[in-house]
Amino acid sequence: MSMDDLQNSRRQFLTAATTVIGGVGLGLASVPFVGSWLPSARAVSAGAPVEVDLSKIEEGQRITIAWRGKPVFIINRSPQLLSSVAQSTELLRDPNSTSAKQPSYITGPLRSIHERFLIIIGVCTHLGCVPLYKPKTGSIESSWKGGFFCPCHGSKFDMAGRVYKGVPAPTNLEIPPHKYLTDTTLLIGAD
Amino acid sequence: MNKVLGEVVAWIDERYPISDFLKEHLSQYYAPKNFNFWYYFGALAMVVFANQLLTGIWLTMNYVPSAEQAFASVEYIMRDVNYGWLLRYMHSTGASFFFIVIYCHIFRGLLYGSYKKPRELVWLIGSSLFLLLMAEAFFGYLLPWGNMSFWGAQVITSLFGAVPFIGEWLVTFIRGDYNVSGVTLNRFFALHVVAVPLAIAGLVFMHILTLHNVGSNNPDGVDIKKHKDAQGKPLDGIAFHPYYTLKDLVALGVFFILFFSVVFFVPTVGGFFLEAPNFDPADALKTPEHIVPVWYMTPYYAILRAIPDKLMGVIAMFASVMLIFFMPWLDKSPVRSMRYRGPISRFMLVSFVISFFALGYLGVKEPTATRTLAARFFTVVYFAYFFLMPWYSRVDVTKTVPDRIRT
Repeated sequence: MSMDDLQNSRRQFLTAATTVIGGVGLGLASVPFVGSWLPSARAVSAGAPVEVDLSKIEEGQRITIAWRGKPVFIINRSPQLLSSVAQSTELLRDPNSTSAKQPSYITGPLRSIHERFLIIIGVCTHLGCVPLYKPKTGSIESSWKGGFFCPCHGSKFDMAGRVYKGVPAPTNLEIPPHKYLTDTTLLIGAD
Repeated sequence: MNKVLGEVVAWIDERYPISDFLKEHLSQYYAPKNFNFWYYFGALAMVVFANQLLTGIWLTMNYVPSAEQAFASVEYIMRDVNYGWLLRYMHSTGASFFFIVIYCHIFRGLLYGSYKKPRELVWLIGSSLFLLLMAEAFFGYLLPWGNMSFWGAQVITSLFGAVPFIGEWLVTFIRGDYNVSGVTLNRFFALHVVAVPLAIAGLVFMHILTLHNVGSNNPDGVDIKKHKDAQGKPLDGIAFHPYYTLKDLVALGVFFILFFSVVFFVPTVGGFFLEAPNFDPADALKTPEHIVPVWYMTPYYAILRAIPDKLMGVIAMFASVMLIFFMPWLDKSPVRSMRYRGPISRFMLVSFVISFFALGYLGVKEPTATRTLAARFFTVVYFAYFFLMPWYSRVDVTKTVPDRIRT
């Protein structure tokens, strides 16, 4: 048998075709295995939006709501705390929240829909610890104007959740999607 | 690209001769050129085993092995977990197909005398694998904690009560409680997902190593190693890779069509692969009206029921499984393949297969007087195949086995 009889190009084509079909098959076969790692219907329904009544939160008070297993801080900021936000701009890494994760309807330095209420995910953008709420001036250091302090690696945020310069956290605290159903009823998790 | 790959292989070869290993077992493992339909089932068994491992690992991710939550967690997998229904049906259908494939694989061995010298060790390891597979299926069947799971485990563990003197103690020891309970479920879970699969994987490896050392048998039962060419390659052998790997791949395609037809369209097979009472949670106070094992256990179950004595029934049932271990020594025929054996051997094998199917059918049905009588008859036929073998395999006429594989 001569080498011509081996029909090498035909063989190469068949090998390639088989390999491609087999590869596509394996790829498709991996869909259920990969897909089943995504949140189940139970996890998805457990992660449904949460309703919050804002009327019972006193001035300066912080409440924590679990949404998708994460703590969401809701703070009724007093006029004094609101004014502290304006004072810290110079010391912040990203005062305009350009690289922060927040819905498009959150704008301005106060980062809220209704000025007074800050709705923010209480998870440090460094390594996921829950920052402490420290509204009192001078409670962390003498120049402290009130804000959030992460006990794990010392990251600091102001009363709008914006990160200070010179701390490990890279970005401002995240703001979850939320909307007001009435003036005092908030829905967290839906736009 | 190829150059880099070549360098990586060379680097590994210097440290472990992986290329030689692959050559020895694939591209330079010479299998007889006349493999037929029955030779697909070894490779298919490995694919089904891989399927069971993979889907099993994924099921473990959402299954909760406790009496309180097992049943609900299976329903959770079926309804809420993404593709959970598919993974579970692939696993449950895989269990039944595993037995179909293994029964075909064993039949091939009986048909062509694959257990005969020099393949006794291959056969013994294979028989052990069969036992482990039954244990694995039995342990796994309890895990959904359905009512049939519960009562199946109840009945099978009760069998050990027939052992003289220590029977009662043994049953409690196996269950870890005075009845089948959450404790039993937890230990069966450990055995099902860790211990037995590990043992199976190890034995499969040994099954193949021992086979490749002596070489594969073939439908003619001819020893292909007797005639080699100048390079030492058997004249009637072809390389396992690419010839049989590709041939098996085609069989795998057909197999998958059948397998997934069941998975997608009839996963319960009318109560044969998944039994109806198992869609009720386990209830220690209420036995299902009609209690039977899954189809692959029913031939042995029919033997158990056919014998009107508890201890003898249990002995007969275990014997019916254990007897395959003795095949290499029961068979006294000078030839391997049924192709060269006489009418008695053929008749006995055919009646053995018929009795196996008949017992399987009778095991599914409720026992009536006629059926019990039939089960006794087929039990006798079943055992006759083994116990009379030393006689009929010796006296039966044989044809002359050719020196080379016929083309």
